[in-house]
Amino acid sequence: MELSRTMSDTTDNKTRTMPPPASAYFIAENRERIVRHTLSVLVDNESGVLARVIGLFSGRGYNIESLTVSETEHERHLSRITIISSGTPKVLEQIKRQLERMVPVHRVVDLTLVAEQRGHDKALERELALVKVAGEGEKRVEAMRLADAFRAQVIDASTDHFTFEITGRTSKIEQFISIMAPLGLVEVCRTGVAAMNRGSQGM
Amino acid sequence: MASQKKNDRGAREMTGAAMVVQAMIDNGVTDIFGYPGGAVLPIYDELHQQESVRHVLVRHEQGAGHAAEGYARSTGKPGVCLVTSGPGATNTVTPLQDALMDSIPLVCISGQVPTPLIGTDAFQECDTVGITRPCTKHNWLVSSVDELAQVLHEAFHVATHGRPGPVVVDVPKDVQFATGIYLPPEAIDQSAYAPREQGDQAMIEAAIELMASAKKPVIYSGGGVINAGPEASQLLRELVQLTDFPITSTLMGLGAYPASGDNWLGMLGMHGTYEANMTMHDCDVMVCIGARFDDRITGRVDAFAPDAKIVHVDIDPSQINKVVHADVPIIGDCGNVLEDMVRLWRARSGKKAAVISDWWAQIKKWRARNSLAYTPNKDVIMPQMAIERLYHLTKDRDTYITTEVGQHQMWAAQFYGFEQPNRWMTSGGLGTMGYGLPAALGVQIAHPDALVIDIAGDASIQMCIQEMSCAIQYDAPIKIMILNNEYMGMVRQWQQLLHGNRLSHSYTEAMPDFVKLAEAYGGHGVRCTKPSQLDDAIMEMIETPGPVIFDCCVVTLANCFPMIPSGKAHNEMLLPDEATDEAVGSAIDGEGKALV
Repeated sequence: MELSRTMSDTTDNKTRTMPPPASAYFIAENRERIVRHTLSVLVDNESGVLARVIGLFSGRGYNIESLTVSETEHERHLSRITIISSGTPKVLEQIKRQLERMVPVHRVVDLTLVAEQRGHDKALERELALVKVAGEGEKRVEAMRLADAFRAQVIDASTDHFTFEITGRTSKIEQFISIMAPLGLVEVCRTGVAAMNRGSQGM
Repeated sequence: MASQKKNDRGAREMTGAAMVVQAMIDNGVTDIFGYPGGAVLPIYDELHQQESVRHVLVRHEQGAGHAAEGYARSTGKPGVCLVTSGPGATNTVTPLQDALMDSIPLVCISGQVPTPLIGTDAFQECDTVGITRPCTKHNWLVSSVDELAQVLHEAFHVATHGRPGPVVVDVPKDVQFATGIYLPPEAIDQSAYAPREQGDQAMIEAAIELMASAKKPVIYSGGGVINAGPEASQLLRELVQLTDFPITSTLMGLGAYPASGDNWLGMLGMHGTYEANMTMHDCDVMVCIGARFDDRITGRVDAFAPDAKIVHVDIDPSQINKVVHADVPIIGDCGNVLEDMVRLWRARSGKKAAVISDWWAQIKKWRARNSLAYTPNKDVIMPQMAIERLYHLTKDRDTYITTEVGQHQMWAAQFYGFEQPNRWMTSGGLGTMGYGLPAALGVQIAHPDALVIDIAGDASIQMCIQEMSCAIQYDAPIKIMILNNEYMGMVRQWQQLLHGNRLSHSYTEAMPDFVKLAEAYGGHGVRCTKPSQLDDAIMEMIETPGPVIFDCCVVTLANCFPMIPSGKAHNEMLLPDEATDEAVGSAIDGEGKALV
């Protein structure tokens, strides 16, 4: 996301200084709103399947904001990929269709769309992060106090550091990390989003 | 392979290399195109010891891929090529992408370095599945002989089902040597990949209702109809006859509806006819069958058929709403959907459809504009005339036409009348120069007694000229008709339109003597420069046995019209009689140039 924003800025600068070259392609300016959707993709856990899915996104210029993969059904060798992508509604429909037609892809569910249809606010989305904070004295106490408030757990500690495990929505994790920044933040590792819809029905 | 044990399910023990050949036989393969090398030698050894599969030795792996494409497009069967690891595999990337874009079923079997050497930068190693992942429908690296038979059968299944396309099976050399159990295709469950082929009945009914209400309808058909088999083309003709709708087609779909048919408008798109593009622009109901609204078809998308309700039939759901919104999307095989459409239209025969005689009157006016007109010349051969004469002299024969890419390709599409499907092989989506000669070779291998002509340009032909040698070796009497204008004509045309007539590197200063070149390969060469001798030269090309190169020297500066210039809509075509030098130079206005 950040990268594409920077790139379009440079293009803008260029167009101001010199006229673009002529071409036979007609490229319409995009005036549609950009939306963000969470997709669940059930795939055969075979060699190269992740490269195939990611290659589709890079090859066709789609965005990936978060990607989480793990085998979820061992006997059938099925993996569940959770992808958060953003684009115009038309592009998001294309992404679904392009994913669906891949040979190892069994199902694609747009969790955001399903949540809307069922009258929910949005799908359940959780992310886990490991956050390492080093410091002594007042900063250390403050970090511990805030971790309690965020219900983060200490999974490793020494006299001069804590490693917290925190689970929650992406916004909560973002907030926790930014709060820890002035308190001696050393390292962050995040899993990406795992998601499913509310209610008794499966995917 | 004779010594293997059999059990009840047809399972037999054999080597991986033998499985490759056996799987070809069991999937109905009779001819393959290939080139040997270290990593496929065990398979070549097996080929040597059997007679069911004929191997055609090409001169470059790109030629193998395109020949397999030509074979596939003219027969409806999957084309098969066999190449070695490393450079053998990378040389097939162009034909694989070509087959992907034109939906051609292609099975490419590549050798790979032995499993323990993968990842060590071994001699002639490359990441074949990595390189070919985006240019195939699917690909497999077979890591054990136990999974080889299943993968091979699945490869044929995937290549030919749903929207056809290319697949690659990468087989390491140790897997070729290893012994395992081979299972025939019947013993393998291939239900995992089962795309929807039957259209939704309610949607088809909605389409029929919409069509019946149309006052200004048009059918826009594409390569999907050809891919759905000859029955689909027959059903398309029935639908046109029943509805009396005008019909146009993409480059890929030529021949599905006969060019001599009453309702035929000619090809549409960038170099399509005036009547086809105007009909598309002004229509109120558009029935798109097996086409994908390519940028060369739509022109300016926001001005594309502004008043049309669109019915879109495609077997690939990702094509629906990709470029233009479909009011009635129908996902299914064109043949199945056309069958339903014909049946439903017949069933409502009691009810009246809207009258479209006014629409036909308008179309006749557009036709009268005669947008393919050109000025004949007594002294030099006009390229359009060369194709017209070729058509005239070959239409009553069993003829197949392939092309390279460029002006000659568009003139062939405009001036050669295709009456049947599977008779026209051209690189549509990828636009691959060098496609035509090896494709013609593939067609000729499939149809040994047919007249197979590659309509070529002087630049394109040199990209895969080495396959002349292959044609000689297999007595494949292909005819190569080069419209020689000494330029990369289409590149030059665009430089004239878009780049101030600065002809940067589009002129070929050193041209080979094509007659001598034909002779050097062991073929026959013909040259003609005068319109008065054109017919004789064409006849000499047709009637000389064996491969022939006909160097047809045409006027050098002719351009291909009509044309939709950049940033323009279907109703803003540049017609040949309006295409003066000045008009060409200013065809794309400031706004058009600024659009991109």
